[in-house]
Amino acid sequence: MAGFTLSAGERLFLHGPSGSGKTTLLSLIGGVLRADAGSLQVLGTELSALSGPRRDRFRADHIGFIFQQFNLIPYLSAADNIALPCRFSPLRAQRAGDVAAAVARLAGHLDLPTGLLARPAAELSVGQQQRVAAARALIGGPALVIADEPTSALDAARQAAFVDLLLNECAAVGASLLFVSHDLRLAGRFDRSVALGEINAAAEAPA
Amino acid sequence: MRLPLWHLTLASVRNRGLATVLTLVAIALSVTLLLGVERLRNDARSSFANTLSGTDLIVGARSGAVQLLLYSVFHIGDATHDVSWSRIDALRTHKDVAWLVPLSLGDSHRGFRVVGTTADFFAHVQTGNRQPLRFAAGRAFEGVFDAVVGADVAARLGYAPGAKIVLSHGAGEFAAAEHADKPFTVTGVLARTGTPVDRSVLVGLAAIEAIHLDWQGGSRIPGVEIPAQFVGKFDLSPNRVTAALVGLERRATVFRVQREINTSDGEPLLAILPGVTLDELWRVVGVVERVLLAVSAFVVAVGLAGLVATLVSSLSARRRELAILRALGAGPGDVFVLLMTESVLLAVAGCVLGVVGLWALSAGIAPWLMAEHGVQLVPRFVDQSELVWLAGVVAAALLASVIPAWRAYRYSLADGMTVRM
Repeated sequence: MAGFTLSAGERLFLHGPSGSGKTTLLSLIGGVLRADAGSLQVLGTELSALSGPRRDRFRADHIGFIFQQFNLIPYLSAADNIALPCRFSPLRAQRAGDVAAAVARLAGHLDLPTGLLARPAAELSVGQQQRVAAARALIGGPALVIADEPTSALDAARQAAFVDLLLNECAAVGASLLFVSHDLRLAGRFDRSVALGEINAAAEAPA
Repeated sequence: MRLPLWHLTLASVRNRGLATVLTLVAIALSVTLLLGVERLRNDARSSFANTLSGTDLIVGARSGAVQLLLYSVFHIGDATHDVSWSRIDALRTHKDVAWLVPLSLGDSHRGFRVVGTTADFFAHVQTGNRQPLRFAAGRAFEGVFDAVVGADVAARLGYAPGAKIVLSHGAGEFAAAEHADKPFTVTGVLARTGTPVDRSVLVGLAAIEAIHLDWQGGSRIPGVEIPAQFVGKFDLSPNRVTAALVGLERRATVFRVQREINTSDGEPLLAILPGVTLDELWRVVGVVERVLLAVSAFVVAVGLAGLVATLVSSLSARRRELAILRALGAGPGDVFVLLMTESVLLAVAGCVLGVVGLWALSAGIAPWLMAEHGVQLVPRFVDQSELVWLAGVVAAALLASVIPAWRAYRYSLADGMTVRM
C-alpha cells in the first residue's frame, strides 16, 4: 500500500472486492495487528510504536467499530451493549458524562424506542441490532468511527436511511468516519471515495 | 451505569445456565463431602475420647491394654479371665483409692450386654466432658431383681420403668439359654450419653450371682432349680468379677498405683489409664479416617477438574464474545480477569452451597447418627479450620482456572477483533 490519509472530521467511503485487504487495513488502524514495515499514524499517534496494552487503550479511547455482523453481546441488554465501550475506556465514559443519559440520547437519535433498551440484544430485529451497534460505536464521542460493511444485511431503502443516520451522528460528535463497503451506490453520500484496489496498484507501480 | 467486569461475568454465566449449574452442583457436592468427612472425623474422635471420663484406672485380669479397654468399656469381645472378688475388694480399701466400681460381664438381654455392678456406677461413671449419668426416668436398682437400662435399650425395645425383662446367658444374638425363671423389673432408664452405656442393661452384682445359683460352668445344673423367691436364703456376695473402674484420691498417684497393681504378687492383674489406651486405640482407627480425608480431597480435585473442563469447553463457544470485547477495547488482560472472575465466582458459590448443603444434611441425619451409632453431630455452619479448607478450595480453583484463562488470553491475542464464527 502506498499511502492513505483520512483527515479529521472527514467522511470517507472505502471500497474494494473481498480479499483486497480491507480487514487487514482495519485491524492495523484498530491496533490489533502491528505493522511490520512503514508508518501508521492514527490521530497523530504512531501506532507501531505503542505496546500491546497501549494500543488496546488507544483503540478503546479513540475508535468506535461497527461490524458486518454487528457483534452485539447477545445476552446483554441493548442498553448494556451500547454502554460497553465506556467499561473499557474511562476517557469515553468521562466524555459521555452520565452514561445512562448518553445511551438514551443516542438511542433517540438513532430511532431506537426506549422500551427496547432493556431487552437482550438477541431479541432485537436486524435493523434494531444495527442501530444498537452504531450507538455503541458512537458513545463517548470517539475521534474515529470504523464501519465494516455494516449495511450488507439490509435492503436498499434501509441501507440509505442507516447511512444518513450514521453520517449525521458522526458529524454531531465530530468523528471521522471510515466506511467500508463493496456497494458503490452509497458512495455518493460521502466526502470522498477511495478504492482499496487503486491504493494497492499504486504501491506496485514504479514510482 | 459504568458496567463493572463482574456484571459481564454474571451475565455470561447466566447465559450458559445448565453447564454452569451442573458445575456448581459438582463443586458444592465435593465441598459438602470434604467438610462432612472432616467434621465426622473430628466428631467421631471427640465422641470416642469422651466415652469415659473421670475414671483414673481400669483394672482387670492381665491381658492386653486395648483388649481390657474394649471389653470393659466398649463391650467388644470377652474377657479371657475373671478377677477374684477378694482382690478387687482389697483394692477398694487401698489408701489412694477414692471409689471403685466393679463390672461383671457375660450375660445379655436381646443382644444388649448386661453389666453387673453396684449403685456406685451411677455416682462415679462420667462421660463426655465429665458429665455424670442422669436418669431419664425412674431410679437406680435396689432389689436383687431390679434393672436399669440405657437409652438405646429403652428406645429400641420400648422399655419404661415397670417393664419385665428376662436375661440370657452368654452374649450376642446367639444367647439361647435364658434365665426365664428369674425375671427382672426395669426400675430406671438412663439419659442418652452417646457411649456404650446407652446399650447396656445394668443390674446389681447380687443379681448376677442369683441368676447363676443353679448354674455351673455355663449350663444349668440338672435337677436343681432355685425359684426366685428363695434366692434371699443364699449368700449372694460375688466370687469373681470381670473388671473394675477405679477413681483415685489424687490423680498424681495414678502411675504409682498402676505400677503397684501391675507388679503385685499372686493373681496377675492389669491396670490401664483409659485416656492413654483410648489414644492408642484411636491411632489404629485413625488410619481409616486419614484415608477417608484423602478420598474426599480427591473428590474436590475432581470437582475442580470439572470446573476447568466446563470453562475450557465453553471457550470455543465464547471466542466470538471475547473478540467482540476485544474490539471494544478490552485488553487481553481484561479477558484473563474475566475468566478468572468467573471461576472464582463459581468456586465461592459452590463453597457456600456446599456449606448450606452440609448444614441441611447434618441437621437431617444427626438424630439418626446419634441413635444408631452414638456419634454426636451438631449441625453448624463453619468453624475456623473449615474456613481454611474452604479457602484452600477457592485457591485451588483460582490456580486451576489459570489454564482456561490463559487459553482465552492466547485466543484473544490470536483472533484480535476478527470474529471467527
